[in-house]
Amino acid sequence: MAETLDLSAYVRRQDNGTSHLDLAIEGIDCAACISEIESGVSHLPGLVSARLNYTTHRLALDWQGTLDPIVFVDELCRLGYRAHPFQARAVEEEEARRAQWLLKCLAVAGFASMNIMLLAVSVWSGNVSDISPETRDFFHWLAALISLPAVAYAGQPFFRSAIGALKNGRTNMDVPITIGILLALFMSVIETINHAEHTYFDSVVMLLFFLLCGRYLDQAMRRRTRTVACNLASLRAEVAHRLDDRGEPALVPTAALKPEDRVLVRPGERIPIDGIVLSGSSEVDESLVTGETLPRQLAGGGAVYAGSLNHTGALTVRVTATGQGTLLDEVQRLLENAASAKSRYRQLADKVARAYAPVVHLAAAITAVIWIANGATVHDAVLTAVAVLIITCPCALALAIPVVQVVASGALFRSNVLLNSGDALERLARVDTIVFDKTGTLTLPEMSIANKAAIPPDLLEAAARLALSSHHPLAAAAVREARNRRPFEGAIEEPGQGVRAVVDGAEIRLGSPAFCDAEDLAAIMVGEQMQASVIACARGHERAILLVRQALRPDAAQVIKSLRASGLDCRILSGDRPAAVAPIAAALGIEAWRAGAKPADKIAELERLKAEGRRVLMVGDGLNDAPALATADISISPITATDLTQAQADAVFLGDLLEPILDAVTISRRAHALMRQNLLLALIYNLFAVPLAFLGYVTPLVAALAMSGSSSLVTLNALRARGKGERKNETEAVPTSPAVPVLQGV
Amino acid sequence: MNVLLFLIPLALLLGLTGLGAFLWSLRNGQYEDVQGAALRVLNDDDLEP
Repeated sequence: MAETLDLSAYVRRQDNGTSHLDLAIEGIDCAACISEIESGVSHLPGLVSARLNYTTHRLALDWQGTLDPIVFVDELCRLGYRAHPFQARAVEEEEARRAQWLLKCLAVAGFASMNIMLLAVSVWSGNVSDISPETRDFFHWLAALISLPAVAYAGQPFFRSAIGALKNGRTNMDVPITIGILLALFMSVIETINHAEHTYFDSVVMLLFFLLCGRYLDQAMRRRTRTVACNLASLRAEVAHRLDDRGEPALVPTAALKPEDRVLVRPGERIPIDGIVLSGSSEVDESLVTGETLPRQLAGGGAVYAGSLNHTGALTVRVTATGQGTLLDEVQRLLENAASAKSRYRQLADKVARAYAPVVHLAAAITAVIWIANGATVHDAVLTAVAVLIITCPCALALAIPVVQVVASGALFRSNVLLNSGDALERLARVDTIVFDKTGTLTLPEMSIANKAAIPPDLLEAAARLALSSHHPLAAAAVREARNRRPFEGAIEEPGQGVRAVVDGAEIRLGSPAFCDAEDLAAIMVGEQMQASVIACARGHERAILLVRQALRPDAAQVIKSLRASGLDCRILSGDRPAAVAPIAAALGIEAWRAGAKPADKIAELERLKAEGRRVLMVGDGLNDAPALATADISISPITATDLTQAQADAVFLGDLLEPILDAVTISRRAHALMRQNLLLALIYNLFAVPLAFLGYVTPLVAALAMSGSSSLVTLNALRARGKGERKNETEAVPTSPAVPVLQGV
Repeated sequence: MNVLLFLIPLALLLGLTGLGAFLWSLRNGQYEDVQGAALRVLNDDDLEP
């Protein structure tokens, strides 16, 4: 049955009579894709423009007339790309506006600093040769004329942030910056009026330029992550079959569902909402919600939760208000508590700023007092104090951390890790204990066939191709084995039993053991393998049993070993049954594991670990992990996790491998080391510069050289965060402390 | 020093032109797809064969 998705909710009517739609495109990997996509849709009638943004992988479409937007999606699908309607989230638009604003400020500061430097160099060289006082005054006034409006405009990001911090009774890095800039500017104007030889206009605008560079880089890093996250969210945007008054299903975006709506959930579909089953009976897999891998029997009146997978039968579900969803409600409440606890974490940069600001101001004040005490005029004393302020103004300091963050997050990006929060790197670097969830984290989120080797290859291939015709979730595991992706013609699906097709005169069946007449074989297999689901296939007289279960991620054992080799204590905390967790823990060599943990148990366990003084990284994907993710010092979840869980995680990793976790820890440790090195460099710079400024040797020329020199130094040092670094020797013995056995089960 | 009266406004004007051009390109959306722009230049579908 050809179903069309109603995309009208995403189409925007524009003033000039055209309609606009943004699509997030999956599968773009080369330059040729740009023209392929743009010219691929260009023949559609009424299309005004189609423009692909290669950076964000989004296609903007404008068309005239009454074209059903679904034709674009179909056309792109024909070209081999998956397209999904995309709606910009408010946060992303806000970030984009801020990035533009910072870029404007950066441009103004750049313009001003170049022009003023031109004037300043003339004055510096004139001062040692033959510049006339009139010309010098003229240049100084000109510099003032450029820098005053430029600073007023380009300094806004710092002024606003400083005022905001002061209003809340805090200080941050922007407070000393603002005070330094304003004082230096003020003194320079006074000096200009007094026909002095030196002014600091050039230092001020250069300082502003460097600082804005740091700010913009910081912003760009967060925007890139957010873009990818938003795309992924819309790629996974879910749809539901809503039943209208006559009981006819229509495909609508899940976001359009309201309480009391009736929704049809077919076998193999994910349940899109929390609700009550009105009719139908089925088994649902709630592993994403609770971590439990055994399907749950469900009939009329039972409650279902968003994210569960419907296995065997069609269900009609009445949507309940989200606020009444018992499980979601509970999870939400726990989440809020945990999140508020985490916001108390202070960033390294803020900590430094808090210590730094008073020291700088004290140093400047002491300078002024000592100069006055030694008989200097108030004018000279204040001027020297200003020199101290400018030279200590944390230019290198403000660049030290963002540049490392940008470079390191770029390196993480290449390792398939996306950071959600800027301070995640620092917290990740200090982790000493990693707690893994089992289902979907250590294991792959999708099912796969466990006993491939025991099945004749041609029978397996036949079963896999036959599985293409089935909607059953267990069939999806078999589909992964198919090399030939064309379904058999004339395959018939018997609901609740299996699929059959006649190929080359022989009937092939795939489905429940009874359907394939293989119950005797199944009985033997189930006796051996407790945690797997069983499907059977038969061709003529050949019969085989396929064991389907969630397999470990291919590199899990290797990664866990490496993690332990680098001194991290690895643990498992799962909501699944002990019988399902034990073999996984054994395979990975993890002794500290716990099964059957409910969300509250997970939180309690994490709190206990934290109380022991450990810094805990939680890796999990299920809805039941979300509160635990928020409780942990830092959290990572796979991209297959539920929305709520991902929103809570500090970082997200892509792909089937567990290696990104190892990379994340390695890169963040190196980045943290570089941040501290950079801060040390900035400190050493100050140790030399402050005494010079104190003694009054810092002319604007010296200030300019010192500032650009130290900024370049920390930036170059930060670039070292990019390299992959040397891996720990894999064959090395595992020198971890003996893992503590934890309570098993509840 | 009369030449300064001519050169300095000229220097400022050039700088302002650069700034103006940058702000225009920013508003024009030329920084929205930096990677795409680098690749589009390689596309020669617009040339007659």
